[in-house]
Amino acid sequence: MLIKKPEDIKSNEITDESKYLNRRSFMQKALLFAGTTTVTAFLYRKINPRPPIISKGDKIVGVRPASADVIPTIDEKQTPFVDITNYNNFYEFSTNKREVAELAQGFVSRPWTVAVSGLINKPKTFDIDDLLKLAPPEERVYRMRCVEGWSMVIPWVGFPLAKLLKEVDPTSEARYISFETLYDPKRMPGQGDNILDWPYVEGLRLDEAMHPLTILATGLYGQSLPPQDGAPIRLVVPWKYGFKGIKSIVKIKLVDKQPQTTWNMAAPDEYGFYSNVNPNVDHPRWSQATETRIGEFSRRKTLMFNGYADQVAYLYQGMDLRENY
Amino acid sequence: MTEIRFNQSVVFVNSLVPLVLLGWDGYHKKLGANPLEYITHTTGILTLLFLLLTLAITPARKITGIPWLIRLRRMLGLYAFFYGALHLICYMWFDKSFAIVAIGKDILVRPFIAIGMTSFFLMVPLAITSTNKMLKRIGGKRWQKLHRLVYLSAAAGVLHYWMLVKADTRIPLAFGFVLALLLGYRIIDKYFPDLTQKRTARA
Repeated sequence: MLIKKPEDIKSNEITDESKYLNRRSFMQKALLFAGTTTVTAFLYRKINPRPPIISKGDKIVGVRPASADVIPTIDEKQTPFVDITNYNNFYEFSTNKREVAELAQGFVSRPWTVAVSGLINKPKTFDIDDLLKLAPPEERVYRMRCVEGWSMVIPWVGFPLAKLLKEVDPTSEARYISFETLYDPKRMPGQGDNILDWPYVEGLRLDEAMHPLTILATGLYGQSLPPQDGAPIRLVVPWKYGFKGIKSIVKIKLVDKQPQTTWNMAAPDEYGFYSNVNPNVDHPRWSQATETRIGEFSRRKTLMFNGYADQVAYLYQGMDLRENY
Repeated sequence: MTEIRFNQSVVFVNSLVPLVLLGWDGYHKKLGANPLEYITHTTGILTLLFLLLTLAITPARKITGIPWLIRLRRMLGLYAFFYGALHLICYMWFDKSFAIVAIGKDILVRPFIAIGMTSFFLMVPLAITSTNKMLKRIGGKRWQKLHRLVYLSAAAGVLHYWMLVKADTRIPLAFGFVLALLLGYRIIDKYFPDLTQKRTARA
């Protein structure tokens, strides 16, 4: 026999209906808070700097420090490897300095050739591995001052550009040298955007190129260059703003006239051919008197020729540096 | 808590999320190689974002016919002011170490600084007169006229951003495009009200 037990207590007598609704609405509200803030946080995270990429290069064997009478020793703290490799102006990958490292991951810089041509007696296309054997790798600790107003101290590995020039033997008509970055939008996605006139080109006067401080860098911190820093080979001219240091070079040409340079073409009144670091000549839009050293809180005073005046000032004797910015 | 109060509190908390995360990342040293620049840049972007959100309220209310949206406008505007103040403090502190003379010189010789300052200081009277009391004191019509300064402030803010980037103007242009849409809506709303106000009439 089935005994049906009457429900002596109705559920709405246990919990008052209004309270029940209240509780439900409380739950709804809590969920709405949690949900919306999660979405907001997620959206914010999309633009937030990603965690740094840890780049692993190959150790360069036989690196020896450059002789102290060629380059002045710097007793300033070297910028950590993680910062040098995660804060890069390399528009070929991205205009966002913090995302270049991520986008440059997997960039293959072998095989690689550098064609040297123009007003030289021995034109030659170098395989990168032969180029690396041209001169013993030296460690050069240089200040790097970006035109944007920040700076680093970087232990480059490289060799003087003069060694390469000696090898190709410039003719007496050669006055300038021009450089060109790889153009390959498949490998360098930033080149798909029409932000600069690709490929990136740079240039120096021949005496600047021959100066013992001017190097072709192939590594930093004793390892081969990570792609975001210009693998496999780049120019470093420590007394000039960083953008003169053209990266991932594939062509070098000796010429008799001042070559065009990318940033000068993009904004002629802001970026000159010389672009020597100069605290007295401001960028039209911002001051160049001080700089943020990466890793420091207070700004430093920017030094004339980035602190290399004793070594390079003679190159510009009699020149109006305000005219020739 | 009424429905509107609740919605306001949701927006209030969400608007603080970027600041909390910025502080969190800063505390854990996760702001990258140049944290000062990152904080300055982020607070600047947030200022523009909240200015655009503020300006989006009126069109959104008219298009959707949801009346309580207007109750979010003051808070969003005050957030724009708040993030703008943080941005200004970043510049004065990190870039100029509070050297008043250097800041004054910067304003005189660098148009993008002058325009950024203009954008911020146009928000000051709006923030001061944002309370109900002030609205009553000034009177609705005049208050509304005064608060049209926000259009100028937003335009100056976007211009400030556009002038500061080196070559890649895509993000400032995107801000400019949204601003143009929001201001364009108002022009259409004023001169061709038939096109925009149907829904409000129904609601």
